Amino acid sequence: MHIPDGFLNTPTVLASGAVAMASVGVALRIVGKTFPARRVPLIGLAAAFVFAAQMINFPVAGGTSGHLIGGVLAAVLLGPSAAVLVMTCVLVLQCFMFADGGVTALGANALNMAVVAPVVGYAIYRAICKLTGGGLRGILIGTAFGAWCSTVAASVICAGELALSGSAAWGVALPAMVWMHMIIGLGEALITTLVVAVVAQLRPELLLDGDKPVSHAGYRELLGYGVLASLGLAIFVAPFACPWPDGLEKVAQRLGIEHLAQAPLVGWPFADYASPHISSAVISTGLAGCVGVVVAFGLAWLLARAVMLKPIIERNNSGQNR
Amino acid sequence: MGKTGSIFAGVLLSPYKHRASFVHSFPPMAKLIVAVLFVVAMVLLPRDAWGAFAAGAGVLLAVALVSRVGLGHLLARLILVEPFVLCVAGLSLFQPNGFWIFLSMLTRSTLCLFCMVLLSATTRFSDILGALWRLRVPPLIVTTLALMYRYLFLIFEEAGRMHRARASRTFSQSRWFVWRRWATVVGHLFVRTSSRAERIYDAMCARGWRT
Repeated sequence: MHIPDGFLNTPTVLASGAVAMASVGVALRIVGKTFPARRVPLIGLAAAFVFAAQMINFPVAGGTSGHLIGGVLAAVLLGPSAAVLVMTCVLVLQCFMFADGGVTALGANALNMAVVAPVVGYAIYRAICKLTGGGLRGILIGTAFGAWCSTVAASVICAGELALSGSAAWGVALPAMVWMHMIIGLGEALITTLVVAVVAQLRPELLLDGDKPVSHAGYRELLGYGVLASLGLAIFVAPFACPWPDGLEKVAQRLGIEHLAQAPLVGWPFADYASPHISSAVISTGLAGCVGVVVAFGLAWLLARAVMLKPIIERNNSGQNR
Repeated sequence: MGKTGSIFAGVLLSPYKHRASFVHSFPPMAKLIVAVLFVVAMVLLPRDAWGAFAAGAGVLLAVALVSRVGLGHLLARLILVEPFVLCVAGLSLFQPNGFWIFLSMLTRSTLCLFCMVLLSATTRFSDILGALWRLRVPPLIVTTLALMYRYLFLIFEEAGRMHRARASRTFSQSRWFVWRRWATVVGHLFVRTSSRAERIYDAMCARGWRT
Protein backbone atom coordinates (compact mmCIF):
# COMPACT_ATOMS: atom_id res chain seq x y z
CA MET A 1 0.00 0.00 0.00
CA HIS A 2 3.05 2.28 -0.02
CA ILE A 3 2.30 5.00 -2.57
CA PRO A 4 5.47 5.89 -4.51
CA ASP A 5 6.43 9.40 -5.65
CA GLY A 6 4.70 10.76 -8.69
CA PHE A 7 1.24 9.32 -8.14
CA LEU A 8 -0.25 12.15 -6.11
CA ASN A 9 -0.86 15.69 -7.27
CA THR A 10 0.10 18.75 -5.27
CA PRO A 11 -3.25 19.43 -3.48
CA THR A 12 -3.45 15.81 -2.35
CA VAL A 13 0.16 15.85 -1.14
CA LEU A 14 -0.43 19.05 0.83
CA ALA A 15 -3.79 18.05 2.30
CA SER A 16 -2.70 14.56 3.34
CA GLY A 17 0.57 15.93 4.67
CA ALA A 18 -1.26 18.51 6.78
CA VAL A 19 -3.66 15.95 8.30
CA ALA A 20 -0.83 13.49 8.92
CA MET A 21 1.35 16.15 10.56
CA ALA A 22 -1.51 17.30 12.77
CA SER A 23 -2.12 13.72 13.89
CA VAL A 24 1.56 13.04 14.58
CA GLY A 25 1.67 16.32 16.51
CA VAL A 26 -1.26 15.21 18.66
CA ALA A 27 0.39 11.82 19.19
CA LEU A 28 3.69 13.45 20.20
CA ARG A 29 1.89 15.68 22.69
CA ILE A 30 -0.06 12.85 24.26
CA VAL A 31 2.95 10.55 24.48
CA GLY A 32 5.06 13.37 25.95
CA LYS A 33 2.42 14.00 28.58
CA THR A 34 1.18 10.55 29.51
CA PHE A 35 3.90 8.05 28.65
CA PRO A 36 6.18 7.28 31.61
CA ALA A 37 9.83 8.08 30.77
CA ARG A 38 10.64 4.46 31.47
CA ARG A 39 8.61 3.33 28.48
CA VAL A 40 9.94 5.86 25.95
CA PRO A 41 12.73 3.58 24.64
CA LEU A 42 9.99 1.00 24.10
CA ILE A 43 8.56 3.15 21.30
CA GLY A 44 11.86 2.96 19.42
CA LEU A 45 12.22 -0.75 20.02
CA ALA A 46 8.60 -1.39 19.13
CA ALA A 47 9.25 0.38 15.83
CA ALA A 48 12.17 -1.95 15.19
CA PHE A 49 9.95 -4.87 16.23
CA VAL A 50 7.19 -3.86 13.80
CA PHE A 51 9.77 -3.47 11.06
CA ALA A 52 11.20 -6.92 11.74
CA ALA A 53 7.71 -8.42 12.00
CA GLN A 54 6.83 -6.92 8.62
CA MET A 55 9.69 -8.82 7.06
CA ILE A 56 8.49 -12.18 8.30
CA ASN A 57 6.57 -13.81 5.50
CA PHE A 58 3.62 -16.05 6.22
CA PRO A 59 2.91 -18.69 3.59
CA VAL A 60 -0.45 -18.23 1.85
CA ALA A 61 -1.92 -20.63 -0.70
CA GLY A 62 -0.04 -21.28 -3.92
CA GLY A 63 3.49 -20.24 -3.07
CA THR A 64 2.55 -16.64 -2.35
CA SER A 65 3.14 -15.13 1.04
CA GLY A 66 1.81 -12.21 3.00
CA HIS A 67 3.20 -10.18 5.83
CA LEU A 68 1.99 -8.27 8.82
CA ILE A 69 1.38 -4.50 8.62
CA GLY A 70 1.28 -4.15 12.37
CA GLY A 71 -0.69 -0.96 12.98
CA VAL A 72 -3.35 -2.63 15.10
CA LEU A 73 -0.84 -4.90 16.81
CA ALA A 74 1.09 -1.83 17.96
CA ALA A 75 -2.12 -0.03 18.96
CA VAL A 76 -3.41 -2.96 21.03
CA LEU A 77 -0.06 -3.49 22.75
CA LEU A 78 1.02 0.15 23.25
CA GLY A 79 -2.04 2.34 22.76
CA PRO A 80 -3.04 4.45 19.74
CA SER A 81 -0.72 7.43 20.31
CA ALA A 82 2.40 5.31 20.60
CA ALA A 83 1.19 3.25 17.64
CA VAL A 84 0.91 6.39 15.50
CA LEU A 85 4.53 7.29 16.36
CA VAL A 86 5.78 3.74 15.85
CA MET A 87 4.18 3.41 12.44
CA THR A 88 5.33 6.90 11.38
CA CYS A 89 8.92 6.03 12.23
CA VAL A 90 8.65 2.73 10.36
CA LEU A 91 7.43 4.61 7.28
CA VAL A 92 10.16 7.26 7.55
CA LEU A 93 12.86 4.59 7.74
CA GLN A 94 11.34 2.69 4.82
CA CYS A 95 11.19 5.89 2.82
CA PHE A 96 14.70 7.20 3.43
CA MET A 97 16.60 3.96 3.71
CA PHE A 98 14.80 1.56 1.43
CA ALA A 99 13.08 3.94 -1.02
CA ASP A 100 9.85 2.11 -0.19
CA GLY A 101 7.12 4.73 -0.41
CA GLY A 102 7.77 8.17 -1.83
CA VAL A 103 9.16 11.24 -0.09
CA THR A 104 6.36 13.47 -1.34
CA ALA A 105 3.85 10.70 -0.62
CA LEU A 106 5.16 10.30 2.93
CA GLY A 107 2.28 12.36 4.32
CA ALA A 108 -0.30 10.31 2.46
CA ASN A 109 1.33 7.02 3.43
CA ALA A 110 1.53 8.14 7.05
CA LEU A 111 -2.13 9.15 6.96
CA ASN A 112 -3.17 5.75 5.58
CA MET A 113 -0.95 3.38 7.50
CA ALA A 114 0.21 5.32 10.56
CA VAL A 115 -2.94 7.26 11.44
CA VAL A 116 -6.10 5.82 9.91
CA ALA A 117 -5.10 2.16 10.27
CA PRO A 118 -4.13 2.12 13.97
CA VAL A 119 -6.75 4.66 15.05
CA VAL A 120 -9.68 2.97 13.28
CA GLY A 121 -8.47 -0.44 14.39
CA TYR A 122 -8.04 0.67 17.99
CA ALA A 123 -11.43 2.39 18.14
CA ILE A 124 -13.12 -0.80 16.92
CA TYR A 125 -11.05 -2.90 19.32
CA ARG A 126 -12.10 -0.76 22.25
CA ALA A 127 -15.75 -0.75 21.20
CA ILE A 128 -15.84 -4.54 20.92
CA CYS A 129 -14.01 -4.99 24.22
CA LYS A 130 -16.68 -2.84 25.81
CA LEU A 131 -19.58 -4.63 24.08
CA THR A 132 -18.35 -8.09 25.01
CA GLY A 133 -17.72 -7.01 28.59
CA GLY A 134 -13.93 -7.32 28.52
CA GLY A 135 -12.02 -10.51 29.15
CA LEU A 136 -9.61 -12.27 26.85
CA ARG A 137 -12.28 -13.35 24.38
CA GLY A 138 -13.42 -9.75 23.89
CA ILE A 139 -9.81 -8.70 23.35
CA LEU A 140 -9.26 -11.38 20.73
CA ILE A 141 -12.50 -10.68 18.82
CA GLY A 142 -11.77 -6.96 18.97
CA THR A 143 -8.22 -7.46 17.75
CA ALA A 144 -9.27 -9.64 14.84
CA PHE A 145 -12.12 -7.42 13.69
CA GLY A 146 -10.18 -4.22 14.32
CA ALA A 147 -7.20 -5.49 12.29
CA TRP A 148 -9.45 -6.39 9.37
CA CYS A 149 -11.30 -3.07 9.46
CA SER A 150 -8.08 -1.08 9.73
CA THR A 151 -6.65 -2.70 6.60
CA VAL A 152 -9.84 -2.01 4.64
CA ALA A 153 -10.14 1.57 5.94
CA ALA A 154 -6.54 2.30 4.96
CA SER A 155 -7.16 0.91 1.47
CA VAL A 156 -10.32 3.03 1.04
CA ILE A 157 -8.52 6.24 1.91
CA CYS A 158 -5.57 5.22 -0.28
CA ALA A 159 -7.95 4.72 -3.22
CA GLY A 160 -9.44 8.14 -2.48
CA GLU A 161 -6.01 9.78 -2.61
CA LEU A 162 -5.11 8.11 -5.89
CA ALA A 163 -8.46 8.99 -7.44
CA LEU A 164 -8.33 12.62 -6.28
CA SER A 165 -4.91 12.92 -7.90
CA GLY A 166 -6.29 11.61 -11.18
CA SER A 167 -3.85 8.70 -11.12
CA ALA A 168 -6.63 6.14 -11.26
CA ALA A 169 -10.36 6.32 -11.76
CA TRP A 170 -12.33 6.00 -8.52
CA GLY A 171 -14.51 3.30 -10.07
CA VAL A 172 -11.39 1.18 -10.64
CA ALA A 173 -9.22 2.16 -7.71
CA LEU A 174 -11.88 1.61 -5.04
CA PRO A 175 -12.98 -1.91 -6.03
CA ALA A 176 -9.42 -3.00 -6.82
CA MET A 177 -7.96 -1.73 -3.56
CA VAL A 178 -10.89 -2.73 -1.36
CA TRP A 179 -11.28 -6.25 -2.76
CA MET A 180 -7.57 -6.87 -2.46
CA HIS A 181 -7.40 -5.53 1.07
CA MET A 182 -10.54 -7.34 2.21
CA ILE A 183 -8.54 -10.51 1.53
CA ILE A 184 -5.21 -9.17 2.82
CA GLY A 185 -7.10 -8.02 5.93
CA LEU A 186 -8.05 -11.61 6.72
CA GLY A 187 -4.37 -12.51 6.92
CA GLU A 188 -3.61 -9.40 8.95
CA ALA A 189 -6.43 -10.25 11.37
CA LEU A 190 -5.29 -13.85 11.72
CA ILE A 191 -1.63 -12.97 12.39
CA THR A 192 -2.44 -10.09 14.74
CA THR A 193 -4.85 -12.19 16.77
CA LEU A 194 -2.44 -15.12 17.05
CA VAL A 195 0.34 -12.78 18.18
CA VAL A 196 -1.91 -11.03 20.72
CA ALA A 197 -2.97 -14.44 22.07
CA VAL A 198 0.69 -15.38 22.54
CA VAL A 199 1.43 -12.10 24.33
CA ALA A 200 -1.65 -12.62 26.53
CA GLN A 201 -0.25 -15.99 27.49
CA LEU A 202 3.26 -14.74 28.23
CA ARG A 203 2.60 -11.32 29.76
CA PRO A 204 -1.11 -10.99 30.56
CA GLU A 205 -0.49 -7.76 32.45
CA LEU A 206 0.28 -6.02 29.14
CA LEU A 207 -3.27 -6.66 27.96
CA LEU A 208 -5.46 -7.40 30.96
CA ASP A 209 -5.90 -5.24 34.00
CA GLY A 210 -7.66 -7.68 36.29
CA ASP A 211 -10.57 -8.74 34.14
CA LYS A 212 -10.74 -5.60 31.98
CA PRO A 213 -8.58 -4.78 28.99
CA VAL A 214 -5.80 -2.28 29.76
CA SER A 215 -6.95 1.20 28.84
CA HIS A 216 -4.32 3.05 26.84
CA ALA A 217 -6.33 6.06 25.81
CA GLY A 218 -8.83 8.40 27.40
CA TYR A 219 -12.06 9.33 25.66
CA ARG A 220 -10.78 12.81 24.82
CA GLU A 221 -7.79 11.31 23.09
CA LEU A 222 -9.99 8.92 21.10
CA LEU A 223 -12.30 11.80 20.25
CA GLY A 224 -9.40 13.92 18.98
CA TYR A 225 -8.16 11.13 16.75
CA GLY A 226 -11.71 10.44 15.63
CA VAL A 227 -12.00 14.05 14.45
CA LEU A 228 -8.67 13.85 12.59
CA ALA A 229 -9.48 10.50 10.97
CA SER A 230 -12.90 11.71 9.85
CA LEU A 231 -11.26 14.86 8.50
CA GLY A 232 -9.03 12.65 6.37
CA LEU A 233 -12.02 10.59 5.22
CA ALA A 234 -14.01 13.75 4.50
CA ILE A 235 -11.23 15.17 2.32
CA PHE A 236 -10.32 12.07 0.40
CA VAL A 237 -13.41 9.88 0.28
CA ALA A 238 -16.44 12.16 0.61
CA PRO A 239 -16.05 13.77 -2.84
CA PHE A 240 -16.69 10.35 -4.33
CA ALA A 241 -19.29 9.11 -1.91
CA CYS A 242 -22.18 10.57 -3.89
CA PRO A 243 -23.34 7.67 -6.06
CA TRP A 244 -25.16 9.66 -8.76
CA PRO A 245 -23.35 10.13 -12.06
CA ASP A 246 -23.93 13.88 -12.30
CA GLY A 247 -22.50 14.34 -8.82
CA LEU A 248 -19.40 12.53 -9.91
CA GLU A 249 -19.14 14.57 -13.09
CA LYS A 250 -19.36 17.73 -11.05
CA VAL A 251 -16.49 16.55 -8.93
CA ALA A 252 -14.53 15.76 -12.06
CA GLN A 253 -15.19 19.23 -13.42
CA ARG A 254 -14.23 20.87 -10.19
CA LEU A 255 -11.00 18.94 -10.13
CA GLY A 256 -10.35 19.66 -13.77
CA ILE A 257 -9.90 16.00 -14.65
CA GLU A 258 -13.03 15.64 -16.78
CA HIS A 259 -10.96 15.63 -19.95
CA LEU A 260 -9.61 12.30 -18.81
CA ALA A 261 -13.06 10.81 -19.10
CA GLN A 262 -13.95 12.31 -22.47
CA ALA A 263 -12.28 10.09 -25.00
CA PRO A 264 -12.97 6.47 -24.14
CA LEU A 265 -10.80 4.19 -26.22
CA VAL A 266 -12.88 1.81 -28.32
CA GLY A 267 -12.40 -1.78 -27.28
CA TRP A 268 -10.67 -0.93 -24.02
CA PRO A 269 -11.70 -3.72 -21.65
CA PHE A 270 -12.51 -1.47 -18.74
CA ALA A 271 -13.75 1.52 -20.70
CA ASP A 272 -17.05 1.22 -18.88
CA TYR A 273 -15.50 2.16 -15.59
CA ALA A 274 -14.45 5.57 -16.80
CA SER A 275 -17.95 6.44 -18.01
CA PRO A 276 -20.83 7.59 -15.77
CA HIS A 277 -21.64 3.89 -15.17
CA ILE A 278 -18.97 4.20 -12.52
CA SER A 279 -21.74 4.61 -9.97
CA SER A 280 -22.84 0.99 -10.33
CA ALA A 281 -19.31 -0.20 -9.56
CA VAL A 282 -19.18 2.03 -6.50
CA ILE A 283 -22.59 0.87 -5.26
CA SER A 284 -21.78 -2.79 -5.78
CA THR A 285 -18.48 -2.28 -3.97
CA GLY A 286 -20.38 -0.64 -1.14
CA LEU A 287 -22.83 -3.54 -0.92
CA ALA A 288 -20.02 -6.08 -1.11
CA GLY A 289 -18.26 -4.08 1.59
CA CYS A 290 -21.27 -4.35 3.90
CA VAL A 291 -21.52 -8.10 3.36
CA GLY A 292 -17.77 -8.34 3.85
CA VAL A 293 -17.95 -6.52 7.17
CA VAL A 294 -20.57 -8.96 8.47
CA VAL A 295 -18.63 -11.99 7.25
CA ALA A 296 -15.39 -10.63 8.71
CA PHE A 297 -17.02 -10.10 12.08
CA GLY A 298 -18.27 -13.69 12.03
CA LEU A 299 -14.80 -14.91 11.14
CA ALA A 300 -13.27 -12.79 13.89
CA TRP A 301 -15.62 -14.37 16.40
CA LEU A 302 -14.82 -17.88 15.15
CA LEU A 303 -11.09 -17.14 15.21
CA ALA A 304 -11.26 -15.89 18.78
CA ARG A 305 -13.11 -19.11 19.70
CA ALA A 306 -10.53 -21.27 17.94
CA VAL A 307 -7.62 -19.52 19.63
CA MET A 308 -9.39 -19.60 23.01
CA LEU A 309 -10.02 -23.35 22.77
CA LYS A 310 -6.33 -24.13 22.65
CA PRO A 311 -4.67 -25.24 25.88
CA ILE A 312 -2.58 -22.08 25.58
CA ILE A 313 -5.19 -20.23 27.64
CA GLU A 314 -5.16 -22.69 30.52
CA ARG A 315 -1.47 -22.13 30.85
CA ASN A 316 -2.22 -18.45 30.76
CA ASN A 317 -4.40 -18.75 33.85
CA SER A 318 -1.77 -20.63 35.80
CA GLY A 319 0.74 -18.04 34.60
CA GLN A 320 -1.26 -15.32 36.26
CA ASN A 321 -0.96 -17.00 39.65
CA ARG A 322 2.76 -17.34 39.34
CA MET B 1 13.46 -17.11 7.84
CA GLY B 2 16.80 -18.82 7.09
CA LYS B 3 17.45 -18.26 3.41
CA THR B 4 15.22 -15.23 2.97
CA GLY B 5 16.71 -13.79 6.15
CA SER B 6 20.21 -13.79 4.76
CA ILE B 7 19.04 -12.29 1.45
CA PHE B 8 17.28 -9.51 3.32
CA ALA B 9 20.27 -8.92 5.51
CA GLY B 10 22.53 -8.76 2.47
CA VAL B 11 20.61 -6.62 0.03
CA LEU B 12 17.82 -4.97 1.92
CA LEU B 13 19.27 -4.05 5.27
CA SER B 14 22.54 -2.57 4.06
CA PRO B 15 21.82 0.05 1.45
CA TYR B 16 24.95 2.07 2.31
CA LYS B 17 28.08 1.36 0.26
CA HIS B 18 31.21 3.11 1.42
CA ARG B 19 33.40 4.61 -1.28
CA ALA B 20 35.81 7.52 -1.31
CA SER B 21 33.97 9.88 -3.58
CA PHE B 22 32.81 13.45 -3.85
CA VAL B 23 29.18 12.37 -3.45
CA HIS B 24 29.91 10.46 -0.24
CA SER B 25 31.77 13.35 1.38
CA PHE B 26 29.13 15.91 0.42
CA PRO B 27 27.50 17.31 3.62
CA PRO B 28 24.57 15.01 4.50
CA MET B 29 22.14 17.82 5.20
CA ALA B 30 22.75 19.42 1.79
CA LYS B 31 22.49 16.00 0.16
CA LEU B 32 19.17 15.29 1.86
CA ILE B 33 17.77 18.67 0.82
CA VAL B 34 18.99 18.33 -2.77
CA ALA B 35 17.51 14.84 -3.03
CA VAL B 36 14.14 15.95 -1.67
CA LEU B 37 14.14 18.99 -3.96
CA PHE B 38 14.90 16.75 -6.93
CA VAL B 39 11.97 14.48 -6.05
CA VAL B 40 9.65 17.44 -5.55
CA ALA B 41 10.72 18.92 -8.90
CA MET B 42 10.06 15.61 -10.64
CA VAL B 43 6.63 15.34 -9.02
CA LEU B 44 5.66 18.91 -9.94
CA LEU B 45 6.57 18.51 -13.63
CA PRO B 46 3.62 18.09 -15.99
CA ARG B 47 2.85 14.59 -17.26
CA ASP B 48 4.34 15.09 -20.73
CA ALA B 49 7.62 16.79 -19.77
CA TRP B 50 9.66 14.01 -21.34
CA GLY B 51 12.65 16.29 -21.96
CA ALA B 52 12.86 17.18 -18.28
CA PHE B 53 12.55 13.51 -17.32
CA ALA B 54 15.45 12.69 -19.62
CA ALA B 55 17.51 15.52 -18.11
CA GLY B 56 16.72 14.24 -14.60
CA ALA B 57 17.75 10.73 -15.59
CA GLY B 58 21.00 12.13 -17.01
CA VAL B 59 21.78 14.00 -13.79
CA LEU B 60 21.08 10.92 -11.67
CA LEU B 61 23.26 8.70 -13.87
CA ALA B 62 26.10 11.23 -13.71
CA VAL B 63 25.87 11.36 -9.90
CA ALA B 64 25.72 7.56 -9.76
CA LEU B 65 28.89 7.30 -11.87
CA VAL B 66 30.73 9.93 -9.80
CA SER B 67 29.75 8.15 -6.57
CA ARG B 68 31.41 4.91 -7.79
CA VAL B 69 28.83 2.80 -5.97
CA GLY B 70 28.35 0.50 -8.94
CA LEU B 71 25.22 0.43 -11.02
CA GLY B 72 24.62 -3.25 -10.18
CA HIS B 73 23.97 -2.50 -6.51
CA LEU B 74 21.75 0.48 -7.34
CA LEU B 75 19.75 -1.44 -9.94
CA ALA B 76 19.30 -4.44 -7.60
CA ARG B 77 17.77 -2.14 -4.99
CA LEU B 78 15.66 -0.40 -7.61
CA ILE B 79 14.28 -3.72 -8.85
CA LEU B 80 13.38 -4.69 -5.27
CA VAL B 81 10.96 -1.76 -4.98
CA GLU B 82 9.87 -1.48 -8.60
CA PRO B 83 7.06 -4.11 -8.36
CA PHE B 84 5.12 -1.86 -5.94
CA VAL B 85 5.38 1.02 -8.42
CA LEU B 86 4.20 -1.22 -11.26
CA CYS B 87 1.23 -2.35 -9.16
CA VAL B 88 0.04 1.16 -8.34
CA ALA B 89 0.77 2.44 -11.85
CA GLY B 90 -1.19 -0.50 -13.26
CA LEU B 91 -4.36 0.95 -11.73
CA SER B 92 -4.02 3.98 -14.01
CA LEU B 93 -4.23 1.79 -17.12
CA PHE B 94 -7.97 1.41 -16.67
CA GLN B 95 -8.91 4.86 -17.79
CA PRO B 96 -9.04 6.55 -21.19
CA ASN B 97 -5.60 7.55 -22.41
CA GLY B 98 -4.37 5.38 -19.56
CA PHE B 99 -1.30 4.05 -21.31
CA TRP B 100 0.39 7.45 -21.53
CA ILE B 101 -0.51 8.30 -17.94
CA PHE B 102 0.87 4.91 -16.95
CA LEU B 103 4.11 5.43 -18.84
CA SER B 104 4.65 8.94 -17.52
CA MET B 105 3.92 7.96 -13.92
CA LEU B 106 6.19 4.94 -14.20
CA THR B 107 9.08 7.08 -15.51
CA ARG B 108 8.57 9.74 -12.90
CA SER B 109 8.36 7.30 -9.97
CA THR B 110 11.35 5.34 -11.18
CA LEU B 111 13.41 8.53 -11.30
CA CYS B 112 12.32 9.46 -7.75
CA LEU B 113 13.06 5.94 -6.55
CA PHE B 114 16.49 6.01 -8.13
CA CYS B 115 17.20 9.32 -6.44
CA MET B 116 16.30 7.88 -3.01
CA VAL B 117 18.25 4.68 -3.68
CA LEU B 118 21.25 6.83 -4.57
CA LEU B 119 20.83 8.89 -1.41
CA SER B 120 20.67 5.80 0.81
CA ALA B 121 23.66 4.25 -0.97
CA THR B 122 25.86 7.29 -0.40
CA THR B 123 24.67 8.50 3.03
CA ARG B 124 24.74 6.66 6.34
CA PHE B 125 21.36 6.57 8.06
CA SER B 126 22.96 8.09 11.17
CA ASP B 127 23.99 11.10 9.04
CA ILE B 128 20.42 11.44 7.76
CA LEU B 129 19.27 11.35 11.39
CA GLY B 130 21.72 14.12 12.25
CA ALA B 131 20.37 16.20 9.37
CA LEU B 132 16.78 15.58 10.52
CA TRP B 133 17.78 16.65 14.03
CA ARG B 134 19.22 19.91 12.75
CA LEU B 135 16.13 20.45 10.61
CA ARG B 136 14.18 20.60 13.90
CA VAL B 137 12.28 17.35 13.49
CA PRO B 138 10.75 16.69 16.97
CA PRO B 139 13.36 15.05 19.26
CA LEU B 140 11.07 12.18 20.21
CA ILE B 141 10.83 11.15 16.56
CA VAL B 142 14.58 11.37 16.00
CA THR B 143 15.28 9.41 19.20
CA THR B 144 12.75 6.79 18.16
CA LEU B 145 14.29 6.52 14.69
CA ALA B 146 17.77 6.24 16.16
CA LEU B 147 16.76 3.52 18.62
CA MET B 148 14.83 1.75 15.90
CA TYR B 149 17.78 1.72 13.53
CA ARG B 150 20.17 0.67 16.28
CA TYR B 151 18.13 -2.35 17.36
CA LEU B 152 16.66 -3.34 14.02
CA PHE B 153 19.43 -5.74 13.09
CA LEU B 154 19.59 -7.20 16.57
CA ILE B 155 15.86 -7.89 16.71
CA PHE B 156 15.92 -9.28 13.21
CA GLU B 157 18.67 -11.74 14.10
CA GLU B 158 16.90 -12.65 17.32
CA ALA B 159 13.76 -13.48 15.34
CA GLY B 160 15.84 -15.66 13.04
CA ARG B 161 17.41 -17.55 15.95
CA MET B 162 14.06 -18.05 17.67
CA HIS B 163 12.47 -19.32 14.51
CA ARG B 164 15.33 -21.72 13.86
CA ALA B 165 15.07 -23.06 17.40
CA ARG B 166 11.31 -23.46 17.04
CA ALA B 167 11.51 -25.06 13.61
CA SER B 168 14.12 -27.58 14.77
CA ARG B 169 11.77 -28.80 17.49
CA THR B 170 8.61 -29.19 15.38
CA PHE B 171 7.90 -31.67 12.68
CA SER B 172 4.42 -30.69 11.58
CA GLN B 173 4.15 -28.85 8.30
CA SER B 174 0.43 -28.08 8.21
CA ARG B 175 -0.25 -24.47 7.29
CA TRP B 176 -2.16 -23.67 10.48
CA PHE B 177 0.78 -24.98 12.42
CA VAL B 178 3.28 -22.89 10.46
CA TRP B 179 1.20 -19.79 11.12
CA ARG B 180 0.95 -20.53 14.82
CA ARG B 181 4.67 -21.14 14.96
CA TRP B 182 5.40 -17.77 13.39
CA ALA B 183 2.87 -16.06 15.61
CA THR B 184 4.56 -17.59 18.65
CA VAL B 185 7.90 -16.27 17.45
CA VAL B 186 6.48 -12.77 16.85
CA GLY B 187 4.70 -12.74 20.22
CA HIS B 188 7.83 -13.85 22.08
CA LEU B 189 9.78 -11.29 20.10
CA PHE B 190 7.51 -8.54 21.39
CA VAL B 191 7.84 -9.69 24.99
CA ARG B 192 11.62 -9.87 24.67
CA THR B 193 11.65 -6.48 22.96
CA SER B 194 9.69 -4.85 25.74
CA SER B 195 11.94 -6.24 28.46
CA ARG B 196 14.98 -5.25 26.42
CA ALA B 197 13.58 -1.72 26.23
CA GLU B 198 13.44 -1.58 30.01
CA ARG B 199 17.03 -2.78 30.33
CA ILE B 200 18.05 -0.16 27.76
CA TYR B 201 16.32 2.53 29.78
CA ASP B 202 18.19 1.43 32.91
CA ALA B 203 21.46 1.47 30.98
CA MET B 204 20.69 4.91 29.57
CA CYS B 205 19.94 6.28 33.05
CA ALA B 206 23.09 4.67 34.45
CA ARG B 207 25.05 6.65 31.86
CA GLY B 208 23.43 9.95 32.78
CA TRP B 209 20.64 10.20 30.20
CA ARG B 210 17.83 12.55 31.16
CA THR B 211 14.86 13.62 29.09
